Parts: sequence; C-alpha cells; structure tokens
Amino acid sequence: MKILVAVKRVIDYNVQIRVKEDGTGIVTENVKMSTNPPDDNAIEEAVKIKESGKATEVIAVTIGEEKAQETVRKALAVGADRGIHVKAEGVIEPIAVSKILQKIVDKEKPDLVFMGKQAIDDDCNQTGQMLSALLDWPQATFASKIEVKDGKLEVVREIDEGLETIEINMPAIVTCDLRLNEPRYASLPNIMKAKKKPIEQMNASDLGVDVAPKIQQIKVEEPPKRKAGIKVSSVAELVQKLKNEAKVI
Amino acid sequence: MSVLLIAEHNNKELKSFTLNAVTAASQIDSDVHALVIGNNCGDAAKAASELPLVKKVITVEAAHYENFLAENFAPVIVKLADDYSHIVCSANTFGKNLMPRIAAKLDTSQVSDIIKVESPDTFIRPIYAGNAFATVKSTDAKKCITIRPTSFDPCESSGGSAPIENAEAGEEFSLTKFVKREEIKSDRPELGTARIVISGGRGMQSGDNFKLITSIADKLNAAIGASRAAVDAGYISNDHQVGQTGKVVVPDLYIAVGISGAIQHLAGMKESKVIVAINKDGEAPIFSVADYGLEADLFEALPQFLEELNKLNTIQK
Repeated sequence: MKILVAVKRVIDYNVQIRVKEDGTGIVTENVKMSTNPPDDNAIEEAVKIKESGKATEVIAVTIGEEKAQETVRKALAVGADRGIHVKAEGVIEPIAVSKILQKIVDKEKPDLVFMGKQAIDDDCNQTGQMLSALLDWPQATFASKIEVKDGKLEVVREIDEGLETIEINMPAIVTCDLRLNEPRYASLPNIMKAKKKPIEQMNASDLGVDVAPKIQQIKVEEPPKRKAGIKVSSVAELVQKLKNEAKVI
Repeated sequence: MSVLLIAEHNNKELKSFTLNAVTAASQIDSDVHALVIGNNCGDAAKAASELPLVKKVITVEAAHYENFLAENFAPVIVKLADDYSHIVCSANTFGKNLMPRIAAKLDTSQVSDIIKVESPDTFIRPIYAGNAFATVKSTDAKKCITIRPTSFDPCESSGGSAPIENAEAGEEFSLTKFVKREEIKSDRPELGTARIVISGGRGMQSGDNFKLITSIADKLNAAIGASRAAVDAGYISNDHQVGQTGKVVVPDLYIAVGISGAIQHLAGMKESKVIVAINKDGEAPIFSVADYGLEADLFEALPQFLEELNKLNTIQK
C-alpha cells in the first residue's frame, strides 16, 4: 500500500502575523515558516501505518516556491521515503492545488492520500474534499482516528455535534485533525539521512494545470482592535462590574 | 439569478445555523431557494418553507441521504446548480465537508467562511486565524460560498409559506458507509449560539476540575467551552473546542479560565461582546483581549465567583 501525503509551507503558527501597510497582503519576508500543523499529523499517521507493516511507501508532496522543498525535506526526516515538489509561484488556490494533486495521483496511484484538514494561512478547508470530488473517491474529513481494516479504513471524524464514524473503501482521501496523533520530532541522524532521499521536481505548468487565481484579493486589513480592558483586583469587583457596568449577568 | 441555500437539518428540524445562512444568502440575492436533502425530512422542509426569506423549497429524499454524507449529497446539488448563480451553506463541519466537493465538480474556486457580503461577487473573510480580514472578489460564473454563521443574524423563522417542490434523488455512492454518530447530548445552551460561554484551558489541570466550570455554567445558564490544550489533554470532549480549528463563538459574555490565549484560541472568541479572563499569569496574552482581567489562582477564584453569583438574584436566564 502506498500513501501520498500533501504538505504545505505556511507562516509558523507561533508568529503574530502583520498586515502590509499598503493592504496587499501579509508580511512574509523574514518570517519563520514551517509545515502547516495538521499536515504534520498527516505525515505522522502515514509513517505510523508504514511502521505497522500495512503500508510500503510514504511519498510527501508539496506545491509552492523553491523553499517549499524544506517542507518535503522535513517529512522525509520523520519517515517519508521520497518527495515530490511541484514548483509554482504566488497564491495557488485549493481548486488548482487539487487539480495538481489529481495529476500526481494519476501518476503515482496511491491507495491513500492524507493531508491536514485546513491550512492555517488561508483557513480555506477545501483541498482534500476537492481532490476527492475530482477523483470520485471517498472522503474522510477531520479525522481523529484511523484504522486500516481488510482493505478498508474506519475513520472517526470530529464534527460539531461530537464524533462520527465512517467506513471507506480505498483508494480514499483523509484530511487530518490535530488530535489524530502526536507528530514526532526528527532526530539529527534522520535529518542527515533525509538529505539523501530523492525529491522529484516539476513545474505546475508541465502538468497542464492552470494555476491562475480565480479569486481576486481586493485588500487585506487588520481586524478592528478591541479597546484595552482593565484588571480587577477581586472576584467581588469582577461580579459587580459584570452586573453594573457591562450588564451581562 | 437565484441563490441555492443548502439547509442543514436532522431530518426533523432545521439546525439553527441554517437560519444564519439564509440571512447571508438573502444579502446576495433576494431569490433564495432552500434545498433540503434527507430521508423522511418533510418536517424539516416544512420548517424551511416557513422562513419568510425563502422563496421556494426543494426537497430530495432517499434512504441514502439519511446520514448527510457529502459523497451522496454533492452530485444531486451539482445537478440542481444549473439554475443558480450562488450555492451557499454554513461553514460548520457539515458545510465544510460538503461545499468543496460541490465546488470542485463545478470547477469553481470556493470562497470559505465569509463574514460579510459586500456585493454578489465580493465578500470579506478572515484569514490567518482572524488576524487579518481579506476582501475578495470571485470571478467564477457560479459561486460556492460558505458563511460564518456567527457573523450573520438568524432570519425570522415563521410567517412564510414558500412552495415545496420535490427533485429526483441521485444514486448512492457505495464506497463510503456511515457507521455511527456519537452526539453529546446536553441540556445546556449550544456552544455556537449561547449568550454566555465559560471555557477552561490547560490551567484546569484535570477533567475532574471542570466541575468548577460546570457549576458556574449551571448558575449562568452558559455553554461550556475549552481551549485546544484542554481537549488534547483529554479534560473534555472535542465538541467543546473554541478556536481556529474548533468552533467560533460570539456570546455576550465569554469567560476564559486558565487559558493563556494562544492566537488559535483567540480566533474563536475574540469577537465576543464582553471578555473576562481569569489566569494566574499576569502576562498571559488572553489579558490583551479581555475587558475584565482577574489575575488569580482559578482554584480559589472559581468557588468565590460562584459564591458571588449566588448572592445575586437577578441572573438572566
């Protein structure tokens, strides 16, 4: 069984982002970048399935500028076998990402495709579902537990009301929740070894996918700021303020 | 052209966020048609027909729509999409799971989680966990939009009498099977719509200690929330998580207890009208968004808080 895992390079989740003064976007120069957090869970799950003997190969794929390769390299350092880097500049919308991934799936013929449920930069939450639609495959989104059972997957999904369990035939797409597992750290020897693992590079245009955005970004602004609050010195004062000043209780 | 609003329901009743989605849809175009797909969902369709903003209800019924699987829903929606300029749904787990499957089939670049309708093709949506607002214009002929329910008021729920039409069901997608749903039943208000929310974080130290939160929630008739750290630690179930990857809440009063205030948590609650933070670390980032901050040990403050609330007899239910 072969597992393809899609990973995205984003601004690190700990960074307090800044909006560009001219309203054209977010400042990305000299900002720490890392792998989209739930994509780390996706890689971890694929590697765990391989370690359990149920998968034979884990391939990490990313789409983006030259430096996006670092994200694949990190996946290789925690256990992926080889990587694919589809080079593309600028904003690649989820619909274009899913079309590129469809081409990669056609070529690699994986049994499973894993990715994070959402990227923490554009917060779109679309790519996995779109890829499933393009391939007409089952989709298990927001997965917090995955079990491989006789050629099928049983997946527990996190939904607003609680948890939902579905059973899907392979091939299938799974989008991973942060609670799926605890991603491991790469050890130094494994980071060194990862440098020797192959990463195949190609251009999005070579795959025949039009990546031009279909959504125009008119402007990006900071959200309205909350006005500064006050510190209260006691619980009694807090309750009085809530009752008499804020009038919410 | 008209707007096709995908109603979320449980085959009997409309889910409350459908009302918020109808409001958003009506701001795009006044000709809003509600699509109710389910199994024996006549009651839900009737409820949709009573929404004054809905001009027509379309129902599609079949046994395989019982559990709302996106694989079954998407083809039938795509078939109906011809007559519409926009397809709209709430950006909760139902809509997030479903809409991209429709958008991809229509070759449309979906606009997710909008908080404002500027015009029929231009919308405002939060990005980077709500740390920036992007104004975006969709150039697709057919637009697939999910809306952030807490950013739109619920529409009127009675007084309308829209006609109900039936549409033909599609085939079953046989590769995905529903197994079970474990819904956590509670007498408390729903987290997404509660007037008061009290949330606990890692500072609670154990699931057992959440009873301190529960007793205050009982007193205030509040919903109970949690930070991701508290859910990850197993103190409380995932349906309570507030934040970038959990639920977004906008209550009149949000009380954050033992929550440091990571960017990802703030994304889910910082639009609340009044925010209270109780934390023993005076430097915790949660204080930067709090209207009232109390620097204190929560294990002392919460019992006192309950005691003070008990002294008041005027708490609104």
